[in-house]
Amino acid sequence: MPALLGPFGIWIVCAIVLAVMPVIFSSPVSVTIMNQMGISIVFALSYNMMLGQGGMLSFGHAVYFGLGGFFSVHVMNYIEVDGWPIPLPFLPFIGGLFGLAFAIIIGSFSTRRAGTVFAMISLGVGELIAACSIIFVVFFGGEEGVSGDRTMGPPVFGTEFLKEIEVYYLTAVIVFVAAALMYLFSLTPAGRMANAVRDNPERAEFVGYSQRQVRFMSFCASGFFAGIAGGLFAINYEILTEENLNLTTSGWVLLMAYIGGIGFFIGPIVGAVLLTLLQTVLSNHTELWLLYVGLLFVLTVMYVPSGLTGLMMMHGPAMKAGRLGQLAKPYMIAGIPLLVALAGGVAVLEMLNHYNNAPVGDNVAHFFWMAVDTHNPANWAVALAVTAIGAYTTYRATPQVREAWAEANDFSEKGGDR
Amino acid sequence: MELVVFSLLNGLVTGLLLFMLSSGLTLIFSMMGVLNFAHASFYMLGAYFAYTISGYMGFWVGLIFAPILVGVVGALIQRYGLRYVHRWGHVAELVFTFGLAFLIEEVVQFFWGKATKDYHEPELLDFPLFTLFGQSFPAYKAFMIFISIGIFIALLMMLTRTRVGLIIQAAITHPNTVANLGHNVPLVFMGVFGVGSALAGLAGVIAGPALGTFPGMAFVLGSIVFVVIVVGGLGSLAGAFVASLLIGWLQTFAIALDYSMTDLLDLLGVSFSDDHVLRDLWSLSLPQVAPILPYLLLILILIFRPTGLMGKRET
Repeated sequence: MPALLGPFGIWIVCAIVLAVMPVIFSSPVSVTIMNQMGISIVFALSYNMMLGQGGMLSFGHAVYFGLGGFFSVHVMNYIEVDGWPIPLPFLPFIGGLFGLAFAIIIGSFSTRRAGTVFAMISLGVGELIAACSIIFVVFFGGEEGVSGDRTMGPPVFGTEFLKEIEVYYLTAVIVFVAAALMYLFSLTPAGRMANAVRDNPERAEFVGYSQRQVRFMSFCASGFFAGIAGGLFAINYEILTEENLNLTTSGWVLLMAYIGGIGFFIGPIVGAVLLTLLQTVLSNHTELWLLYVGLLFVLTVMYVPSGLTGLMMMHGPAMKAGRLGQLAKPYMIAGIPLLVALAGGVAVLEMLNHYNNAPVGDNVAHFFWMAVDTHNPANWAVALAVTAIGAYTTYRATPQVREAWAEANDFSEKGGDR
Repeated sequence: MELVVFSLLNGLVTGLLLFMLSSGLTLIFSMMGVLNFAHASFYMLGAYFAYTISGYMGFWVGLIFAPILVGVVGALIQRYGLRYVHRWGHVAELVFTFGLAFLIEEVVQFFWGKATKDYHEPELLDFPLFTLFGQSFPAYKAFMIFISIGIFIALLMMLTRTRVGLIIQAAITHPNTVANLGHNVPLVFMGVFGVGSALAGLAGVIAGPALGTFPGMAFVLGSIVFVVIVVGGLGSLAGAFVASLLIGWLQTFAIALDYSMTDLLDLLGVSFSDDHVLRDLWSLSLPQVAPILPYLLLILILIFRPTGLMGKRET
């Protein structure tokens, strides 16, 4: 379908999806979740400008996100108190400018080298700024943070952004524009050279580019967009705290980008959407959600380094050759037992957690619609058996999947379109 | 005087503790070229294992078996995790250890809960060793110093005096040559990773009672250990030792010496009003900036002397 609409087809589809989403998911909770997703998407995309496109692993990207956000909240307060005539939609841009300013300062020395040195400097800067946020109470507001009120600015087209849905459309527009700009950046010579420097800095130097300057450019652009994400955060939540620029947030954005897939432009978008869903929806159902996220992350790094997007993109050649159908059956044969095994494993973990932590006398654990007595050995036996049987069946089915995969991607003599 | 003596002693305790972590980390880095983010997590595992073991069999059994257990866990992670991820390149390895640190913290919370564990020093060591200027110095801290120095000497002897140590030293610089001579280099790597983890575990066992056993303990120390090995020079054991003590004393003295910017400005005859926008800057005190000093040092070292104090190669 997108192909029918020409080169901009995919963007038009995205715009329509963004516009229609709140009509489909209209409850206030889902609008809040979608706003959160938008912020995460911009943040993760900006992170991937460095990691995926520039080959720079940063452990302190939340610095630019947080500082952009803090400055935005302060500007928001100036709008309220001193009546600065700045309409709200420009606030993320201001956040972006401050993100850019700090990226210029820090990038001027940290982009000298890539790899481990860069990672260490980013970690050091991240810790430094996070520690500063506790010391400088006037600017960072100490433990309670800095809060503002987004509705005090001059109205834009008659809206004062009182309602969540108005904020959604503002966020959606900015997310769309920011994502488009970041995509365009990846097509510019600066973006292309960032890829070259990532893959082989020496050759890039022989072509006549300074690897340091190329990295510096990506770094600054990345800081700018992280600041925009921070500004969006300020608009949505009207409060920023130390948490928004510490190491946890920096780690979280790495998780989003990596699980989504750092080798593809849409990878971080997939990761941001997925992890935001886990963060908001799954965390309502289980205390162990961070454990699951950690497992997902480690397994991704080990077995699917190209991320979830990479997993999807792997099927491109087979799809072009019209052979996806061949894969459906083996996928079902292996996939259904895998899901059963996962369900069993989750049940074991949840029961164990309940057994360890529930108050004495409370023997019944609730997950979703089920109630399970965790002190009944029969339930344990069932959960363990389900896990074991599922895992064994999956194990037995893998050769079939491997065979079907090899066949669907074999373009040697049988033809196909190569 | 009293302040100086006790800061020196406390800094020595912190510094030696840091050295037990950084020595393993820096050895692992020089061999595998990967900075192990999960190293401080092994330290935490050591404390928790020892807490559980000591509940059944007492502190001393925990002191011996918890580090061994951590070493085994570390070796298994190297064998089945890190070695597998190696094929995806250095960035993936670094990201893997980061994920591991995240996961271990969650696993610890899963098994032991979020609350601080009641893990104590043994009664045998629960007395003031000496009292100086009216302030007492606990015997347990002396025990920590004793253990750390013992480990340092044992490690030095093992690396420089034994055959295994020679192979390890050779494998750091010339892994291929060592492999050609018939040594199993991957096994050496696994062993070094295991021993490094066990050292971190041992540090956890003895630090748990003094600094508290809680799920955030790896996070608190993790970044500082990185600072130590980068400042000391990656791959340099002597550098790690000097930097550990340096950071240990830097932190304790910064907390102990209560000077602030205001004192400095008073000395210069400058003063500012209390409601100035930048008042936080004028009233900064040394204990306040203590937590950021190591990171400041890290950044300055990386900019001006990327080899670290005693390192031979650039980071």
